[in-house]
Amino acid sequence: MSRLEELFKGRSKKALLMPYTTGGYPTVKDCRQVLEAFIAGGADMIELGVPFSDPLADGPVVQASTQQALDQGVTPDDVLQLASEFTSRVPVVLMIYYNCVFAYGVDRFVEAAAAAGVDGLIVPDLPVDEGEEFIDACRARGVDAILMVAPTSPDERIELIAGSASGFIYCVSVAGVTGARTSLSEQLPDFLWRVRARTDVPLAVGFGVSTSEQAAEVARFADGVIIGSRLISMLDEAPDIGDGCRTIVKFLKEVNEVLN
Amino acid sequence: MTIQSRFGPYGGRYVPETVIPALDELAAAYERLKDDSGFRAELNSLLKDFVGRPTPLYFAGRLTEKLGGPRIYLKREDLCHTGAHKINNTVGQLLLAAEMGKKRIIAETGAGQHGVATATAAALFGIPCVIYMGIKDIARQELNVVRMKLLGAEVVPVSSGSQTLKDAMNDAIRDWVGNVEHTYYVIGSVAGPAPYPALVRDFQSIIGREARRQVLESEGRLPDELVACVGGGSNAMGLFAAFLDDQVSMTGVEAAGEGLDSGKHGASIERGQRGVLHGSMSYILQDAYGQIIEAHSISAGLDYPGVGPEHSWLHDEGRVRYDSVTDAEALAAFTLLSETEGIIPALESSHAIAWIVKHAEDYGKDGVVIVNLSGRGDKDVHQAARALGIME
Ligand SMILES: Cc1ncc(COP(=O)(O)O)c(C=O)c1O
Repeated sequence: MSRLEELFKGRSKKALLMPYTTGGYPTVKDCRQVLEAFIAGGADMIELGVPFSDPLADGPVVQASTQQALDQGVTPDDVLQLASEFTSRVPVVLMIYYNCVFAYGVDRFVEAAAAAGVDGLIVPDLPVDEGEEFIDACRARGVDAILMVAPTSPDERIELIAGSASGFIYCVSVAGVTGARTSLSEQLPDFLWRVRARTDVPLAVGFGVSTSEQAAEVARFADGVIIGSRLISMLDEAPDIGDGCRTIVKFLKEVNEVLN
Repeated sequence: MTIQSRFGPYGGRYVPETVIPALDELAAAYERLKDDSGFRAELNSLLKDFVGRPTPLYFAGRLTEKLGGPRIYLKREDLCHTGAHKINNTVGQLLLAAEMGKKRIIAETGAGQHGVATATAAALFGIPCVIYMGIKDIARQELNVVRMKLLGAEVVPVSSGSQTLKDAMNDAIRDWVGNVEHTYYVIGSVAGPAPYPALVRDFQSIIGREARRQVLESEGRLPDELVACVGGGSNAMGLFAAFLDDQVSMTGVEAAGEGLDSGKHGASIERGQRGVLHGSMSYILQDAYGQIIEAHSISAGLDYPGVGPEHSWLHDEGRVRYDSVTDAEALAAFTLLSETEGIIPALESSHAIAWIVKHAEDYGKDGVVIVNLSGRGDKDVHQAARALGIME
């Protein structure tokens, strides 16, 4: 069992809380402060995005954060460095688009992630059918290849994905890109039951979760809750980074209350 | 036979899991319908009566004389309804979409020709249509924006990234991810995730099948060379596909923009590296970290940092030569064809013309070359007039 799986299985909370932010946003320095805020707010693990020029699974909020990081010259190496500063304190998974992995060299990137102490890698544009080399490299280096399933995935595909999954399965709450949504899909429970029936790997839900009410709802059916765009918006809207981080800590604590 | 999804190491389906089932559904529908006699009959009748096919293979006598090289034939895709080859594909895909019961059509567009062709086919089938277009392209291809609106389409301006075709495609994919169950995504070139590259090639291959028959009629033999411009590569694949087993040499012409060494170009094959963009593995313009580099071309349709995966494979195999011409050379060819043949070509197609202008002397007078005139230049007259100093 991987470290992430052990964390899920040994939890006392209803569901683990995994905040997301874009690596190097708003700046590399301020991003450290954001990650500290995640820890202070009670994050059980952290998802850190590697900025990519063409993030086609992301909505406007994450896109803009990505562009801002890129404009400052943030590279995958910078994000690996940033991650390595936190991995001894909290498990970190990286979200990275496939072209960045491919350009780095699939094995070389997984090796660098392992060396940084990263527990898992999420590649949103690499479906399981194209992922053999990547998944093998992850296995060889003891890093979880976190695979995604979507509400549109038929049962046979869920089985196929479950067969290669480790760490947790990233369940996309709605057919769509990242971004806060006012309500969860009515089909979410049915979707999660379909996945649950086909795997023992823990299930985390992301895309669109943005309030503690939604987190509480998700926690009834899933093992983990991922919140991203809402947190980035808090930073966008705050007068300064200190203020943004305080808002985030307060919000994450509220969410944690409903998850405990 | 199942639909080709890989071309050597290129192609594949590098897209979010959410749309994989829709790609499976599309591949299955296409597999079922492509040889279906009813579907074929309907498609052929639309190509004939709505698109206006077959298009002529026109012997460009004055251009031939002027260049003093091979006998030059123009495959007149500019005479298709809506003014470019793009409609061959959109009529086919709309027929598929209708068969699949899809309720909404989306597409990306660069030059606006694919957007117009999609809006046209969507109007023909009575299905609502949304077109994504970069704001830089909206500014330089204004005529086509108005046409799309007249055809009842909604044009969504895209202001992210380079504000051109690449970003329009990102937003179209994002839309699709969110509306995948009832929306059909009409990709406009031989790019994107499988099965699109093979499907779009098949719908465009009518160009080469006609040209092959026509050149045999007029010359009694196959041509020595085929020339076509390459953005994503659909007009080129459409022409080349029917000749791949023949002893015919072929050249795909990419945009060299302000020069290959200026860094401002769209020559993905000549200057790119292998990578993944918009769902498939191919040659792309990128930096050492895999960030996509903005392309540049005077022609919006070639202003794209990627290329269809089959072209990357044909390049590696040495079956097709890929070369490039600059903005200035394309502009000169635009003027030349207008003045010598009375045909105003699209700036995209002008790249193919410019290539034969540069290389005419490599062929003897009895050589035969077919140049794909992928579209007409009405959409480009404002931009060309400014560049040529005819107009402020
Ligand atoms: C007239 C014309 N030719 C060529 C192209 C380039 O596309 P492709 O390379 O797919 O033929 C376009 C694209 O907009 C076009 O409008």
